[in-house]
Amino acid sequence: MLKTIGDRILTTIPALIGVVLVSFLLTRVLPGDTAAYFAGPAATPQAIAEVKAKLGLDKPLPEQFAKYVVDLAHGDLGQSLTTGQPVLADLTSRLPASAELTLFGLILSLVIAIPLGVVAAVRQGSAVDHICRVVVTAGVSLPVFFTGLILVYVFYFILQWSPAPLGRIDVFATTPPTVTGFYLIDSLVVGDYEAFRSALSQMLLPGVTLAIFSLAPIARITRASMISALSAEFTRTAKASGLSPRRVIVTYALRNALLPVVTTLGMVFSFLLGANVLVEKVFAWPGVGSYAVEALIASDFAPVQGFVLAMAIIYVVLNLLIDLAYGVIDPRVRMSS
Amino acid sequence: MSAVQLLDVRDLTVEFATRRGVVQAVRKVDLSVGKGETIGVVGESGSGKSVTSYAVMRILDRAGRVAGGSVSFSGLDLLTASEADMRDLRGREMSMIFQNPRAALNPIRGVGRQIEDVLRQHAQAGSDDARRKAIEALTQVRIARPEERYNAYPFELSGGMCQRVVIALALACQPRLLIADEPTTGLDVTTQKAVMDLIVDLTRERGMSTILITHDLGLAAAYCDRVIVMEKGEVVESALSSTIFGNPSHAYTRKLMRATPRPGITLRDLLPEGEATPLPPPVPAGEALLSVEGLVKEYPRQGASRFMAKLFRKDVADAAPFRAVDGLSFEVRRGESVGLVGESGCGKSTTSTIVMRLLDPTAGRILFGGQDIGAIPARDFARHPLRAKIQMVFQDPTDSLNPRHTAGRAIADPILRLGGLRGGRTVRTRCEDLATLVGLPTDLLDRFPHQLSGGQKARVGIARAIALDPDLVILDEPTAALDVSVQAIVLNLLADLKAKLGMSYLFVSHDLHVVRLLCDRVIVMKTGQIVEQGSAADVIDTPRHAYTRELVAAIPHPPTS
Amino acid sequence: MSAPAAADGAPSGQQRPKGRFAETLSHARHIIGENPVTGLSFALFALLLLCAVFGPLLSPYDPLASDTVAALKPPSAHHWFGTDQLGRDILSRVLVATRLDMLIAILSVALVFFAGGLAGVAGVAAGFFGGWTDRIVGRVSDTIMAFPLFVLAMGIVAALGNTVTNIVITTAIINFPLYTRIVRAEANVRRNAGYVLAARLTGNSDTRIALTTILPNILPIMVVQMSLTMGYAILNAAGLSFIGLGVRPPAAEWGIMVAEGSAFIVSGEWWIALFPGLALMLAVFCFNLVGDGLRDIVDPLRRT
Repeated sequence: MLKTIGDRILTTIPALIGVVLVSFLLTRVLPGDTAAYFAGPAATPQAIAEVKAKLGLDKPLPEQFAKYVVDLAHGDLGQSLTTGQPVLADLTSRLPASAELTLFGLILSLVIAIPLGVVAAVRQGSAVDHICRVVVTAGVSLPVFFTGLILVYVFYFILQWSPAPLGRIDVFATTPPTVTGFYLIDSLVVGDYEAFRSALSQMLLPGVTLAIFSLAPIARITRASMISALSAEFTRTAKASGLSPRRVIVTYALRNALLPVVTTLGMVFSFLLGANVLVEKVFAWPGVGSYAVEALIASDFAPVQGFVLAMAIIYVVLNLLIDLAYGVIDPRVRMSS
Repeated sequence: MSAVQLLDVRDLTVEFATRRGVVQAVRKVDLSVGKGETIGVVGESGSGKSVTSYAVMRILDRAGRVAGGSVSFSGLDLLTASEADMRDLRGREMSMIFQNPRAALNPIRGVGRQIEDVLRQHAQAGSDDARRKAIEALTQVRIARPEERYNAYPFELSGGMCQRVVIALALACQPRLLIADEPTTGLDVTTQKAVMDLIVDLTRERGMSTILITHDLGLAAAYCDRVIVMEKGEVVESALSSTIFGNPSHAYTRKLMRATPRPGITLRDLLPEGEATPLPPPVPAGEALLSVEGLVKEYPRQGASRFMAKLFRKDVADAAPFRAVDGLSFEVRRGESVGLVGESGCGKSTTSTIVMRLLDPTAGRILFGGQDIGAIPARDFARHPLRAKIQMVFQDPTDSLNPRHTAGRAIADPILRLGGLRGGRTVRTRCEDLATLVGLPTDLLDRFPHQLSGGQKARVGIARAIALDPDLVILDEPTAALDVSVQAIVLNLLADLKAKLGMSYLFVSHDLHVVRLLCDRVIVMKTGQIVEQGSAADVIDTPRHAYTRELVAAIPHPPTS
Repeated sequence: MSAPAAADGAPSGQQRPKGRFAETLSHARHIIGENPVTGLSFALFALLLLCAVFGPLLSPYDPLASDTVAALKPPSAHHWFGTDQLGRDILSRVLVATRLDMLIAILSVALVFFAGGLAGVAGVAAGFFGGWTDRIVGRVSDTIMAFPLFVLAMGIVAALGNTVTNIVITTAIINFPLYTRIVRAEANVRRNAGYVLAARLTGNSDTRIALTTILPNILPIMVVQMSLTMGYAILNAAGLSFIGLGVRPPAAEWGIMVAEGSAFIVSGEWWIALFPGLALMLAVFCFNLVGDGLRDIVDPLRRT
């Protein structure tokens, strides 16, 4: 078991190498004057030359790559021109906001999508099945930024149930002290229920936006794999042995059906980390996504590259976790070594 | 027939809603099973035999529906019983075992736990004794080291072992009726015998009634008191097993019975009466056409994790490679038909693939007409002049035809590629000749595979294989996917073609009866080696090696007429 | 248990042999008859194409002409979809934008269809004996897939520069692994099929088998995937322009128009973002339904 985990961790190495290589290529090799990008739009020719020397862009490519990797190993992702801070510091301070929002959206959609998919599969052709089909088809067709805007218009402008879409917490509420960086958890830790309420009401709309977005793929795969598990031969054996419907559906069908769902989570995370950028822009959420977008608008290149690399590394780690979770559920994977 | 009926099915009709409208899969079927009686339900694919049993258990899938008739189980009307009552009966009073045992078990739950599920559902065990009773159930189906197996997952067990678990599951609550749906199809012949013996022993011991559903008339007659024959959803005959072979009353039963390979007959006896022409005279075997010397095929044992382990720890020893074929030597003479027999995993398919030159051997020589074709890489052999001289008929006729090509195009392919014939007219004429030769109506040449029946597809596959007048044709279980009546026709066709065209056959099979009918000599393989070879009659009638004796003994012996 | 199998030698009488194409056509008719939504989606697809071709002719106003007097007007008889902050007619802009959005989607998907299909088939041809093409294609796909796709798209466009061409290339790049994976998986399933072995026995070279035996069998699946990823391509392009990458104002493009309208949502001017957003949604919806419909048509499992 431990060996399997070790082996799986080793297999992420090629992926990480690929990620670092691509992010290096994006910085150095593509057409256009990289130094000019890094120096910013208003830089003088001298400034550009300075940046070029400082970044070592006058050196041969392999040497540049070696320096890039060494810098990375030291956590050096460059300097942001807009904030004047090291990119790594900017990213780490903003990451909890993004992580809290993404996880909130994901959990929300899992809680809705899995039961929906299961019921739709068990009662094929029922009203729930039709609802599921509508959710799945509509969900994949909705641009996530558009969903966000509609929610803002309905719940903020018309109904006024929701606070203005500006950040993580009401400007008048006190920000909870940093424990985990997740406001919902930190405010509960210190018992500040006012802050908790405020943070929750700010998070609800962007969270729901992300949830609507990720609902579709999860519900779709749950329904499909549940249908195939329900028509599998082992389910027929369970039925022919007189097991109760609950046992047949949960212990026999659902546990097997969850395997493809876990696999799909990788794809869902890929979509979510991208959608997060758009949602953060719509709701002025102070996370890494809006940080990257602001840098893009200011033609500040280092933060964008840092953001892409950070997201890729997080995604590789998430995929690793998903695979390990899969091994826990499926004995065939667990024991294959 | 026993006076007390446990199960009584009257006028049962089952309908399926399909895209082409409602189809009656089962029509007015009568069937009864007495206490302690074992009956066999026999029929070819599409005869409705499985559907009948699903209807009895009320586990038909969504599209199916009982349209009429009655089913009573010891006085209880099963068709009107509530679903809760049915659930209580299933597994406790009547249970079922299925074809493909590995798929019939939950792949991610320990087999012991699956037996416990059934025991606890029917209140045969509580939380304190469930484990003990599950192990007991495993012991009863003669599984060695049941405590260990209790924790095993289905993928860790062999097919035969899985079927034992399924039997343990079905018998755990001591039901009165067991329905076994093709319980041994897909299992090796020795495993098949062990499983059938186990089922019979356990059900006799407990005075249970059994319904055995099978396509194999021989199997049913060997193990059952009474046999019911179904054709196209209807019961055509019901008779005692002791008399059905001697005195079949229905024409279909006679056809089925004749088509079942058995000792002491010739190929022509498989065909319906009056259709048989005399067998072509045996061809005297000529000089050696193929001679295989010291053939070895090894596969390295390794996974992705081994590579990584080696990368980081130098001390990982190289495991000995797995030898699929281990020093094989044999000969096929001109005009001869040689059977290559063995159970799954014995290396017979690997051997035929290497001889076919689709796979490279690790060591050894393959002399074909004196030339060592084993030295030519499989990759280059596709364009080699000898390619045309060794051809093959595949196991699954459906899988071996490109779904996007017509039958005619499939037959024309070797002619165009290797035959050197040009011009649409010439090729077409040759295709039509070949079709006629294999008994395929020429108007079917423009059809796609999905528009042909199983037997027709088999004929297309044979026509393609003989299109280039090969010297050697490898037959890889060519009838395994066919119904027995179609098998009879195809086997006879193969024998006729061999006589007419003077080819040699290497016939890969697991079925000794069939080998005996078609082959002059037989080679018995086990774990990559030859255990015995000789003339087909000698090896099968008087086997010398213990393994061959076991194989021969495992073939079901129906009561002979 | 299916319908009884026809006995050997007895041709199933009622089934007249038809050409492959005629059969597919009648099957398509059946699918559309069975599921009117599919028919509707094909009609919608045609409508979108019409708008893309004739959009500029149909639009009542110049999509770029600003009219400060008429700025920020809600939908009315003059301006069915209202006007934006510069007084431009939103209906005209939505119509004209169809061409650009469809062009991005179709071009990028066509690009990846050929690149992905070729790479996949080359991989399969070499893959009979484990070739380097297959390994390179696999490695490239895996590396692309190691990134969250939209994030990678941001990085590439930021590096390549803000042009429509770059959006097309980027969209093709992030769709590439999805294609090669499908091609490779489908080809791998068929690699050991009896008919592929049979083709080798009849003297076909590996390349020939890949092109004449495997490719025609997986082509329908690739076409279905093309339709499904078109929706994703258009969403991706719109998402990029929403955050200011790719198409630049004042060009009419649905994503940019939603971005421009987003500032006015909090003050209640909903129409600026709503109509381009709806157009975008409708297009994606239509591509997905067309993809599902095509899958039903080519899926041999559903064919009798």
